[in-house]
Amino acid sequence: MTLGNRNRMLVFAARRILQAIPILLGVSLVVFGLVHIVPGNPIDLLMPPEASPEVIAQMKAAFGFDKPLYIQYLLWLMRALHGDFGLSVFNATPVWGQLMTALGNTFILAILAALLGFSLGIACGLVAAMYHGRWPDKLFSAISTTGVSLPHYWCAIVLVMFCAVLHDWLPAQGMGDDSLPLYDRLQYLVLPVVTLSLIPMGVIGRLVRATVLEILGMEFVGALTAKGLTRGPVIRHICKNAAPPVLALMGLQFGYLLGGSILVETVFNWPGSGNLLNLAIFRRDIPVLQATILVLASFFVVLNLLVDIAQAAIDPRIRR
Amino acid sequence: MSDATIDFIRRELSAQADAPAAPTPGYWKSVRQRLARDPVTIAVSLVLLAIVFISVGAPLVTHYDPYAGSVLARLKPIGTPGHWLGTDETGRDLWTRLCYGGRLSLLAGILPVTISLVVGGFLGILAGYAGGLVGTLIMRTMDVFYAFPSILLAIAICGLLGNGLSNSVIALAVVFIPPMVRISETVTTQARQLDFVEAARASGTTTLQVIRHHVLANVLGPILVYATSLISVSIILSAGLSFLGLGVTPPQAEWGLMLNSLRQAIYVQPYVAALPGLMIFVTSMCFNLMSDGFRSAMDVRLNK
Repeated sequence: MTLGNRNRMLVFAARRILQAIPILLGVSLVVFGLVHIVPGNPIDLLMPPEASPEVIAQMKAAFGFDKPLYIQYLLWLMRALHGDFGLSVFNATPVWGQLMTALGNTFILAILAALLGFSLGIACGLVAAMYHGRWPDKLFSAISTTGVSLPHYWCAIVLVMFCAVLHDWLPAQGMGDDSLPLYDRLQYLVLPVVTLSLIPMGVIGRLVRATVLEILGMEFVGALTAKGLTRGPVIRHICKNAAPPVLALMGLQFGYLLGGSILVETVFNWPGSGNLLNLAIFRRDIPVLQATILVLASFFVVLNLLVDIAQAAIDPRIRR
Repeated sequence: MSDATIDFIRRELSAQADAPAAPTPGYWKSVRQRLARDPVTIAVSLVLLAIVFISVGAPLVTHYDPYAGSVLARLKPIGTPGHWLGTDETGRDLWTRLCYGGRLSLLAGILPVTISLVVGGFLGILAGYAGGLVGTLIMRTMDVFYAFPSILLAIAICGLLGNGLSNSVIALAVVFIPPMVRISETVTTQARQLDFVEAARASGTTTLQVIRHHVLANVLGPILVYATSLISVSIILSAGLSFLGLGVTPPQAEWGLMLNSLRQAIYVQPYVAALPGLMIFVTSMCFNLMSDGFRSAMDVRLNK
């Protein structure tokens, strides 16, 4: 029995989604395990030494830290599946609300940085490959090597130094007041977005250059040119062939932007998920910590899943 | 094409693919020759040597105490007599701090890669050679760790284990182990199926000998190349952990930590505040370029 193209795609997608479930379960176990690697009850660490045993017991019961670990894990997982991550032990507000606000702010940065970094990276990579060995190629490879070895938290500091300290061009702290006009609030985005886009630009540009060079060496490109195709359609063919690996890397890089923005958010005081994570670590706020890591890692898993499916949609060979 | 021609091409291709794994004396000689003709690799290697020298031999290049500050000499600009790179927020000589800081920064960057190389290589060879349940168990566990963005995982582990150099090393090693396992597992599985390895096992060679002579020879090349490219990332990440206050603790000198404590001084002495980050950048850039240089010098396919 031969399956139709469409059906094979559906089977592939279904199989990939099923494979993601054990990974997500494993991720939740690792997150929960990490938090409980440190000996001692999270409440004991927070309570003042003079607190009476009854109060401590009450607090443990209130936050659910009095039960055996595996029960705690199952309860936590069941609630997390319903979007309930409990209360922060630091300020007793629901974790979900805090997390959603922070994630929203991080998403703004990550999406803009991805758009900027990916488009610049693709453009530079393509140009470098087309002018292989000539000065645009050399210039780009110098820029991209710098881009991938740049500690982005330092780059953030240098940008702040240049644009906010030495010159009064752009604001460098926070994301501006809600009351400010849109134009002013957009200015707060410039420095963090530029900083975050540097690494994706370098990484994507390098891969685009290498992939396009490899494809340019293939026989079918010569055949297309020999057939009389002009430069435009040939480039289109090359792009279609270069898309799957570049797409995969873009997915990864977007995940890194979401999960790795903590350092840049710290420098710019951006109230995103990285900042929340940082605060939670120093406050030893276990529920916030668990929820933030779990949600960011789950995003990463889902993102990889989507990328795999998108790759298969472009390239039938991946569907197997 | 006739079958014989296809066969010949296939043999040529596999010979090329295997060439780095079976180095002959002539191979290493040609690698040396190619390196000698590569000015960038030589230059960055010299810069790295200089950085290692000023870190390890810090007492030779500076006479200040890295921990002794002076309230009067706080935040002096670059070019101050006696403090040519200025001073930090507690009046400690910045050049001295940068030299001594290199010790911990280099250690915290290189050690996790070394640990992950050994542990990841071992687990990968085990998974690839044993296969079956053991292999599946190891590989599926690694898949779970792959599901985390690397910085997030490092920060989570380090944040939960607490401050300190050893915890930051552990955190980064955990982050780097899964890719090492994946690479060495793939190579081991391929090597195990090669005809001559099959033949060696059939003629009674012990498992240990097969692993030593055939598997290790194939695995070592790829994971060493990968490890050298990781050092640059590792230096950036370990300094980043210290920058967040999760790695090395004050008053120790470490570039990431110095960058963080000087961050408040950015409005007073912006150039001085940027120097520790410059050291991280230069070091990671040099490791990156050196790894690229070695890789292309060792890759036979690129140098026909």
